[in-house]
Amino acid sequence: MSSPKRRSKLNKRLIEGGLAFSALITVLTTLGIIWVLISETFSFFEEVSIIDFLTDTQWTPLFANKHFGILPLVTGTLLTTFIAIALALPIGLTIAIYLSEYADKRFKRAIKPVLEILAAIPTVVYGYFALTVVTPFLQGFIPELAGFNALSAGLVMGIMIIPIISSLSEDALYAVPNSLRESAYGIGSTRLQTSLRVIVPAASSGIVVSVILAISRAVGETMIVAIAAGQQPRLTLNPLVPIETITTYIVQVSLGDVPHDSLEYRTIFAAGMTLFVFTFILNNISYWFKKKFQEQYE
Amino acid sequence: MMKYQINILVLSTFLFIALSSCNKSKEGGEGALTGEVKIDGSSTVYPISEAMAEEYRVGQPEVRVTVGLSGTGGGFKKFCRSEIDINNASRSIKEEEVNSCGEAKVNYVELPVAYDGLAVVVNPENDWVKEITVAELKKIWEPEAQGKITRWNQIRPEWPNEEIHLYGAGVESGTYDYFTEAIVGKSHSSRGDYTASEDDNVLVQGISGDKFGLGFFGLAYFSENKDKLKLVPVDDQNDANGKGPITPTLETVKNNTYAPLSRPLFIYVNSTSAERKEVVDFVNFYLENVGILAEQIGFIPMEDKEYEEAKVKFTNFVSQKAQ
Repeated sequence: MSSPKRRSKLNKRLIEGGLAFSALITVLTTLGIIWVLISETFSFFEEVSIIDFLTDTQWTPLFANKHFGILPLVTGTLLTTFIAIALALPIGLTIAIYLSEYADKRFKRAIKPVLEILAAIPTVVYGYFALTVVTPFLQGFIPELAGFNALSAGLVMGIMIIPIISSLSEDALYAVPNSLRESAYGIGSTRLQTSLRVIVPAASSGIVVSVILAISRAVGETMIVAIAAGQQPRLTLNPLVPIETITTYIVQVSLGDVPHDSLEYRTIFAAGMTLFVFTFILNNISYWFKKKFQEQYE
Repeated sequence: MMKYQINILVLSTFLFIALSSCNKSKEGGEGALTGEVKIDGSSTVYPISEAMAEEYRVGQPEVRVTVGLSGTGGGFKKFCRSEIDINNASRSIKEEEVNSCGEAKVNYVELPVAYDGLAVVVNPENDWVKEITVAELKKIWEPEAQGKITRWNQIRPEWPNEEIHLYGAGVESGTYDYFTEAIVGKSHSSRGDYTASEDDNVLVQGISGDKFGLGFFGLAYFSENKDKLKLVPVDDQNDANGKGPITPTLETVKNNTYAPLSRPLFIYVNSTSAERKEVVDFVNFYLENVGILAEQIGFIPMEDKEYEEAKVKFTNFVSQKAQ
């Protein structure tokens, strides 16, 4: 009589074990990646001083006159990211406010998946779009724009992250309780006043989180900048000339035939570590922000 | 990279038509062969070997010929590990590569296949550069220029006060080794703050979209993109091999007046691979047909006599091995 019961208990334990194991795989993979990054980065810094790495203004590890300053790659990354956010934030937020506060329910249901298609386009396609469509188009207005440049890569990256901002912000706006909206209307606010002065501030934590996630996506984006932004590490904030981002550098070295186990090869781990630190900090800020500032209603 | 494949496709179709009309392609071999021939190495030699591979497939469809592009140096690393059968090289094998092949007990033979010139190019909208001297190129590209020579008027005062954007072959390519050797005077030694890529199409794309760009790569890539780029005549200030600035052409590369930027291209064949029938057959086919093909894709063929010598050299190499 107890045997079927025991069997079901055993089954249950097996299934639970399997589930726990699946969860563990992701954790172990993450730990493994972090371990490789740390150990390779560590041996990199045995040969290169960390002060040079953080303060030198040139990055030329593959050449005769070697410099290991990560700054040009970091500025390249931040420049493209800044351009992307400068485009995506206003547009994404406008879309979010419109969809949440103004749009007809049916229209919203139709348009939201369409917007999300933007996020489903392979980034390599975006890259070629930037290189072969956006850059020549912009050169019509800005003749001194180089063939590879931060501007068009950044703009196209901005288009790519619009859905992240619009979709997550829209969720945040939509989640603001109706009582707030009704109170605002009740004291005679217009729709615009309600949206901008009541709903947006109330949803600000969600909006900030969406922007941080978008930044983190842009910082780590690889294909678009590798194809369209150039491969020349240079310390500049000029968006019109070729630059190189951290991700592009990693691609460039991994595709070439730099001997494994050489200092040149380890540079990509140091660069990868820098990138990881960036996105790690950003994700933590967003997590912290969500916890700390989420407005509680009801 | 997408564009690249299309180029190759167009190219090979073109070659296919061109060659089958010459009726040369039937010379392939002694019955149907099977197997695989792995080629890697220089991106400069790539178009030739890829075209040869395409053409060879017509006569020997059962032999898979694959051609990669890791740069001459990258190719030699694989070659000395016996991962590939043939290495495309845009320069001769270096001392340390000879050693690493020796350590791995890899024997090989060097076969010249064509000549190439290194083209110095600017954007078609660039109306100030009419010619350039080797000394000026050195001033632009030497390691000391890094971070210092950044504007056009630093090279010649009458050139515009605009930032110069440099594009050049990546450090793993034979083109890079050859250019630095010829211009800077020391192989593998140049500034590092330029757009460096092993893929010449990236460079073509970069310079063709950049009014203030200047770059260098194999002449064949210029021939394919004539309409998007402007070729710069180079003056080595040595009147013994032609006076004044000289534009690279079939003629000037072959008679070496386009000095110092013309060079021979090679393929290297691994001796163990040369024991395989399909490899021998492919190499013979290569030497037989490369003259005509090379010219069609923008390279400069060698004299017929030189191809004959290469064939004899290879035959001896194979028979030596057989003993």
